[in-house]
Amino acid sequence: MAEVQYRFRDDEPVADPGVTVGAFGEQSNASAVRLEPGDEARDLIPHLERIRLVEVNFPVFGDGRGYSSARILREAGYTGELRAVGEVLVDQIAFMRRCGFDAFAPDVPLDPADADNAFGRYGEVYQPTIDGLAPIWAKRHG
Amino acid sequence: MYRYDTYDQAMVDARVEEFRDQVRRRLEGHITEDQFKPLRLMNGLYLQLHAYMLRVAVPYGTLSSAQMRMLGDIADKYDRGYGHFTTRQNIQYNWIKLEDAPDILADLAKVEMHAIQTSGNCIRNTTSDQYAGAAADEVVDPRPYAELIRQWSTFHPEFSFLPRKFKMAVIASDTDRAAMKLHDIGIQIVRNEAGELGAAFYVGGGMGRTPMIAPCINPFVPLDQMITYSEAALRVYNRHGRRDNKYKARIKILVHELGKDEYTRQVEAEFQHLLGQNIEPPLAELERIKAQFADPPFEKIGTVPTFEIDRSDPDFALWVDNNCLAHKQSGYIAATISLKPIGGIPGDASGEQIRLMADLARDYSFDECRVTHAQNIVLPHVRKDQLYALWQQLDAAGLGTPNLDLVGDIIACPGLDYCSLANARSIPVAQKIGQRLAAKQQEIGELKLKISGCINACGHHHAGHIGILGVDKKGTENYQLLLGGCEGADTSLGQITGPGFDEDGIVDAVEKATQFYLAQRGEGERFLDTYRRVGMPAFKEAIYG
Ligand code: SF4
Repeated sequence: MAEVQYRFRDDEPVADPGVTVGAFGEQSNASAVRLEPGDEARDLIPHLERIRLVEVNFPVFGDGRGYSSARILREAGYTGELRAVGEVLVDQIAFMRRCGFDAFAPDVPLDPADADNAFGRYGEVYQPTIDGLAPIWAKRHG
Repeated sequence: MYRYDTYDQAMVDARVEEFRDQVRRRLEGHITEDQFKPLRLMNGLYLQLHAYMLRVAVPYGTLSSAQMRMLGDIADKYDRGYGHFTTRQNIQYNWIKLEDAPDILADLAKVEMHAIQTSGNCIRNTTSDQYAGAAADEVVDPRPYAELIRQWSTFHPEFSFLPRKFKMAVIASDTDRAAMKLHDIGIQIVRNEAGELGAAFYVGGGMGRTPMIAPCINPFVPLDQMITYSEAALRVYNRHGRRDNKYKARIKILVHELGKDEYTRQVEAEFQHLLGQNIEPPLAELERIKAQFADPPFEKIGTVPTFEIDRSDPDFALWVDNNCLAHKQSGYIAATISLKPIGGIPGDASGEQIRLMADLARDYSFDECRVTHAQNIVLPHVRKDQLYALWQQLDAAGLGTPNLDLVGDIIACPGLDYCSLANARSIPVAQKIGQRLAAKQQEIGELKLKISGCINACGHHHAGHIGILGVDKKGTENYQLLLGGCEGADTSLGQITGPGFDEDGIVDAVEKATQFYLAQRGEGERFLDTYRRVGMPAFKEAIYG
């Protein structure tokens, strides 16, 4: 399992690897789950109370389904760790952060200077998401 | 026209710096070409057959004269002196050096322009009616809605890695001049019986190898829910669009496979959920944008001596009849500058010509011009009594070709002369057809001819009254002929006539089709009307018989 390179949370990380969505439904004590691109994120909504970690896998960076999965979970009120794993590249992490990811475990570790640039590059955003940044239109109309 | 505020400017400036950094990492060898590819693609930079090609976004086709002038300067400074206007109302430069690309983006940012999302599997530049704000038949100017979509779609965090590219168009009149139903999402701004404005959503149209006409999935989305509805339509696509086969990855396949009703049901469910997420900009934002698209200060009749067109010069009169459209404001007219001189490359203009058009936009059209999806330039607001002086300058610069919507006004993609995906050349075929039929084109009348160099259909061949598709036939270039395509309110897809032709053969075949039309046409019939009445078998007989 790849190392967590960035984590924007203060709570203790969950040590266990995530179980599959299928296994998660049967193991009533699991608190970590791993979502593949084709998995239905909404299947987790009834169990959000006991989930502390959701790993969202990006087997290839161009498969963008994980962005929707992340937003759906956050929109449903999930507050635990949301970790991007797999082919997580420096030019994707800012988008991921906006969709609610707060931990990153890339297969290939990111260059720290490039990653810092990427996280901080865009101070303004056009769309509201659950990341709490005020969109430009909100600032325009105070 | 829309002007950036400090927020919009900060966004494109940040993008320039980001791309500069990405190019530096590539040139210094920190990233491989494979890793660089998705980054340059999201900046509109393609590696073509001979050089890099840069595609610059022209949102809804509208340009100020300063922007147009910059496009001419870029052609001279960084390219070989030409720019190529595209069917997406954008401009492309075919001879770009990678190390220059960040400087080009910086120059563009100085005039509030960019190349953001002009390629890649994301929401592309939004197109619109080239006569927006000028056409007599529009319900309202569609561009403020397109601008709202531009902002919403720019760096959208959820929709930057869609199954495939995603194209949107916004119009506001029943005469669809933007091929709206052939887009991933087409929006028509409409007025309902209560007099309120809303957005009709057409989803799942497109060309490419499986052309489809978009069905209407919601005839009236209130304006203060338009972005939320778009987000719902995109989310269903992002989650469920096919990713196993790039040729089945466009939204049209999803809509087709699910069926319109099931797709619509899923969008409506997602929409209900998203309504609770407060993602819609307030109507005040739409009003802010609308205010920037207010009419220019048209002069009223009586304040100037005459608003009439002096038609005594027959060449000018011909150009007026072919290239000008009635304006909503009396005394004014919308003039189209054809970039289709006989034997020329469709959509190409030299740096000098681009700068001249910029000057003419400033002097004759309230500082504004438009790029059309037929690869021409429109001066939207010309005072009729100044039209002759305008035309004289155009004519002197080789920009006075009187052939709008005639057979010489060919849409052609770059084809095998530039494009690495091409099966066959498009440009020489366009040039030969243009030359062969030049003397007849006025007699033939309206005939939209469109050429693509491969099945990707960038030249919109499915929507041509006559369409030509370049294919590979055992290693040689071959051309299929299609008849009966049409965009607009009565959108239809062209049908293949039969066996393909070589380069000279396709020119002959087009000529035969036009001769047959001239022999058959009834009173007032365009080529398309005659084709629809007479049918494919008769045309086939005339072409192959
Ligand atoms: S239609 Fe094919 S050949 Fe023409 S520009 Fe598109 S991809 Fe290239």
